[in-house]
Amino acid sequence: MSTVTPAAQTGLASEVTAALATVVDPELDEPITDLGFVRSIRIDDVGVTVHLRLPTSFCAPNFAYLMAADAQDALRRVPGAGRVMVLLDDHHDSDRINAGLALNAGYRGTFGPEAEDSLDELRRIFQRKAHTAAMERCVMALLRTTDRNLEDLHELTLGELPGGPHKEALLRRRTDIGLGIRPDDLVVVDEDGRPVAQSAVPLRLRYAKAVRVSVEGNAHFCRGLLATRYDDEPGGLSTHITDTRRAS
Amino acid sequence: MYEHDGEKYFVVDAHIALWDGRESNQKNIHGKQFIDCFYDYHKNLSPEDAVWDYDTYTYYGGQRLLKDLFEDGYVDHAIFQPAILGEFYRTGFGQTEEALELTRQNPGKLTYNHAWDPRFGEEGLRQLREDAARMNLKGVKLYTAEWHGDSRGWKLDDPWARRYLEECLELGIKNIHVHKGPTIRPLDRDAFDVADIDKVATDYTDLNFIVEHVGLPRLEDFCWIATQESNVYGGLAVAMPFIHTRPGYFAQILGELLYWIGEDKILFSSDYAIWTPKWLVEKFVDFQLPAGQSEYAPITVEQKKKILGLNAAALYDLDVPAELRLPTNAGDTGAEVAAGAKEAVAS
Repeated sequence: MSTVTPAAQTGLASEVTAALATVVDPELDEPITDLGFVRSIRIDDVGVTVHLRLPTSFCAPNFAYLMAADAQDALRRVPGAGRVMVLLDDHHDSDRINAGLALNAGYRGTFGPEAEDSLDELRRIFQRKAHTAAMERCVMALLRTTDRNLEDLHELTLGELPGGPHKEALLRRRTDIGLGIRPDDLVVVDEDGRPVAQSAVPLRLRYAKAVRVSVEGNAHFCRGLLATRYDDEPGGLSTHITDTRRAS
Repeated sequence: MYEHDGEKYFVVDAHIALWDGRESNQKNIHGKQFIDCFYDYHKNLSPEDAVWDYDTYTYYGGQRLLKDLFEDGYVDHAIFQPAILGEFYRTGFGQTEEALELTRQNPGKLTYNHAWDPRFGEEGLRQLREDAARMNLKGVKLYTAEWHGDSRGWKLDDPWARRYLEECLELGIKNIHVHKGPTIRPLDRDAFDVADIDKVATDYTDLNFIVEHVGLPRLEDFCWIATQESNVYGGLAVAMPFIHTRPGYFAQILGELLYWIGEDKILFSSDYAIWTPKWLVEKFVDFQLPAGQSEYAPITVEQKKKILGLNAAALYDLDVPAELRLPTNAGDTGAEVAAGAKEAVAS
């Protein structure tokens, strides 16, 4: 190959990585790039090929499909990417999922009569959980660091939350499930975004905490199992990137 | 029995297995994938000196099991909770006959639970009656997410499942262990959804429903329904080993469980041979909430005694030596938990 263009020069590799970073594991509520799920990125003259991997062969196929399909969609939005190929490695349903992705078959088309029509409801369930956990993190941080107390939390508004990653995460999750992000919108709301009565706030936060503990526990499991599964892989859990595209 | 700091603990390991994952028993690639996945769990979450080599792990046999549990592991009584997995393994994954024989040879030490699947209809019911008599069943372990033919799983409140539950009542099988956790190919039937437990726990109050893996990764859904139902229990299999790798996180899980379902409804288990009981028992008895986690009350010796063995002993009518009992009853299903949660649901 006469001209090998490093990633930094075309900039495409960083755009591809950024696109993949928008794909979130719905159960863990973290980007697949942070979780080590992106095994490799290959950019050549024809297009972009991405290999994904998961912590076990038996990770639920519906979630596996959802992440792979989201990755494909995100990459197709990258200008100049060319032909996009997403492949899931080492999964017990790899062949079926990869064939479905290559054919744009959709979830139902990939799994046939085994599957519901779409994964929208599943996605929605986890977006609501992610919002609940994000709300708890914001509120508990506020209780720890200020003199606010439980009694007036039912009136707490977004505008009163200090800026920072917790608040940004909360605003993103609210947007995902269609809740407002105006400064005077209430922070402590129920699963459907309705206000919570003063007397019901403690229980709502207790439940939100259980949600948060659960989501974080899954992440511990998945990170640990992925690291064990691929501990003999060169480069460990980092993404292997090759870019052989000729500069135009 | 485990003795520490002058306290004696009766230990029931409520979730063990005797499996054969060797290549010779694998029917297809999924048999290999399954035992490999189990091995990763073992390797990732065990202390270094408790990690087995792969070959031993694929098959360890009855004598090794007896040694790991009863000689080295402080266990007084253990309960088989088999995964059959006939689609992946020639003689199944859990070795039914070998485990039964071991149970017969060690009276008072082992309980063998078996499985049923409502999709086998009348034939399965007949089999259940036969199994109950031959195996002296007190409990069953169910996998609602298991695939069978065109079916991608089932729910406990399906009409046929109800018939099986009613048969269990007749046969004196009162402990229904349900696997809600990491599993094989759940597709649309959400393997972690515990809503079906909620329905049948209300309808069959003479049965006990033990949710294995405390509903992880949906701990909150499990906690929420367990709060509403006095006959729903949580098995700590899979959650236990966090006590070593992530004690702070283990504290949170335990804290949540103690709050939502209470000390009378939590059952210790090692999930042997994924993990071995010795280090889990030692660490659990030593365990205290990390300094700074004032959001949870300290864990008492009494709570530990209940969780380690007395709760399971109450469910399985095990004879606990007088010196290992508590002045009050363990397994008190009427104990108040999660103050306010019931009222919130009722309103």
